[in-house]
Amino acid sequence: MTTLLEVRGLVKHFPVKTDLFGRVKSFVSAVDEVDFDLHEGETLGVVGESGCGKSTTARLLMHLIEPTAGTIRFEGRTVGTPELPWKAFRRQVQMVFQDSYASLNPRLTVSESIAFGPMVHGVPRREAEARANALLDRVGLEPSRIAGRFTHELSGGQRQRVNIARALALQPRVLVLDEAVSALDKSVEAQVLNLLLDLKEEFRLTYLFISHDLEVVRFMATRVLVMYLGRVAELGPTEALYTGSRHPYTTALLGSMLSMDPDRRTDAAPISGDPPNPIDPPAGCRFHTRCASAEPACASRVPVLTALGGGHAVACHMSEPGSGHSRAAGRAA
Amino acid sequence: MNAPAAALAVEFVRSPGYWSTVLRRFARDPVAVAAAAVVLGLILMAVFAPWLAPQDPLQGMTLRRLRPPGTEGYPLGTDELGRDMLSRLIYGARISLFMGIVPVFAALLVGATIGIVAGYAGGWTNTVLMRTMDVFFAFPSVLLAVAMAGALGPGILNSILALTLVFVPPIARVAESVTTGVRSRDYVEAAKASGAGAFAIIRKHVLGNVLGPIFVYAMSLIAVCMILASGLSFLGLGVKPPMPDWGLMLNTLRTAIYTQPLLCALPGVMIFITSISFNLMTDGLRSAMDIKA
Repeated sequence: MTTLLEVRGLVKHFPVKTDLFGRVKSFVSAVDEVDFDLHEGETLGVVGESGCGKSTTARLLMHLIEPTAGTIRFEGRTVGTPELPWKAFRRQVQMVFQDSYASLNPRLTVSESIAFGPMVHGVPRREAEARANALLDRVGLEPSRIAGRFTHELSGGQRQRVNIARALALQPRVLVLDEAVSALDKSVEAQVLNLLLDLKEEFRLTYLFISHDLEVVRFMATRVLVMYLGRVAELGPTEALYTGSRHPYTTALLGSMLSMDPDRRTDAAPISGDPPNPIDPPAGCRFHTRCASAEPACASRVPVLTALGGGHAVACHMSEPGSGHSRAAGRAA
Repeated sequence: MNAPAAALAVEFVRSPGYWSTVLRRFARDPVAVAAAAVVLGLILMAVFAPWLAPQDPLQGMTLRRLRPPGTEGYPLGTDELGRDMLSRLIYGARISLFMGIVPVFAALLVGATIGIVAGYAGGWTNTVLMRTMDVFFAFPSVLLAVAMAGALGPGILNSILALTLVFVPPIARVAESVTTGVRSRDYVEAAKASGAGAFAIIRKHVLGNVLGPIFVYAMSLIAVCMILASGLSFLGLGVKPPMPDWGLMLNTLRTAIYTQPLLCALPGVMIFITSISFNLMTDGLRSAMDIKA
């Protein structure tokens, strides 16, 4: 299993208030010291409440916004340096947006929208259009009926298929799916999810699958990353995380899932209240204000992402040896 | 596997484009179509003035000065130098329309460029460009036009320059605001994510979505520009006599307002018809373009 993408220390601060000279006085820390790897061929699900930094992470990854700090390495080469310029990186990594309507230019036909990317990278028009038609066919849309259409003439599901075709037009190896199916009807959503699974196999893709829908993530993801207020809370293989979550936030999040089976209901207390204001996030563990197991130690120090074995890691004082929490192991090994 | 060529040539459905939809909607608005017909008529009148005018617009005769409309041989009377009013009004369309349209198109070119660059670049570029525009925008347009034309001296070219300068800031401001709106749309983000440079994105994704509203706004300025140009001519800063220009004709005929009021009003009537037609046509175009998908 080779590591395709390494994200290290990714930070994004959005300025909220600036003084007279444009210096930032206060900011929202949308993403704070996020580290993760993306392995070739996997689907890494990213979950969390709205505002936890999922989409910001995706946009930072695509360099649609400038990161405050952090590095991204693709196959060992640092992105954004002469080693791997952004333009070259973007041939490898593409993104599908949540809003299928807003992410297609209303003045362009479907075919023009899909062919734009390849043409930017020097593919001749005829070839780009041929590729667009082939991709339309592949995502389950009849080119002869769809290629010459405008976005407002398509249904939500058709539009999102066009968006997927557009993302695939550059023949990328990684697809960032930012809530790509969240706006679709349940039946259409299922079709698009199956399409994504087929495409993954056919084109040997790697997915970064961002969603707030825990069921969908469980269906799609091989590993799951749980974010809370801009930080990584827990990371692990999907089943290990869904059945044996170690972070109280993950446990509460999973507890909020609806179950069809009355015997399988989790009895974990749901979290109360809203997430704290990210302009002035809580010190120490950012979850301690809403955590049932919070102790003084939680408010004083930021928990480190601690490996638990089997690829499972959690940022919680209870799992960090020597953290000072009463339920943590006494001393660091 | 060798399918006949006819079977491969699938008929591709191509939807009507945006502009053909706009045109169809425009055609359903009777007021706008009538206004467009008047505008077209005025333009044709200007182009074919030498064939339409019954007399030489510059040839006067002191014996038949200030004849009222309806005089034998002079259907709209004669002016203060005995020149045929009808011919002068027909020829006047040339300069008046020219002075209304050319500065606006020049300003559209400059203003849209400034506005789109400012809107797309954002940040410091935006601040510098748009605050500079605001300095010009702060002056009342008539004052700015008169000051510029006065400083440059009278003449057609100078008044075109002055009027262009008057219309650059408002067009730039509209261009900037629509571009700022488009810049943050997901499809522009998606284009960025595909690795496209700013130029390719502006050409393919921004222009198509902003030029329409900017163009409609510029069209609405043509009437204003014509009136301003007439004003400059009236003040002696624009067209010089004896060239027939509606604004200038208003000026030279004003001394006869007590003896021949109807005659004096004729150039004003032409300005009124032209500007209201342009305005109604623009209104129709604006509502035709307001398509909710």
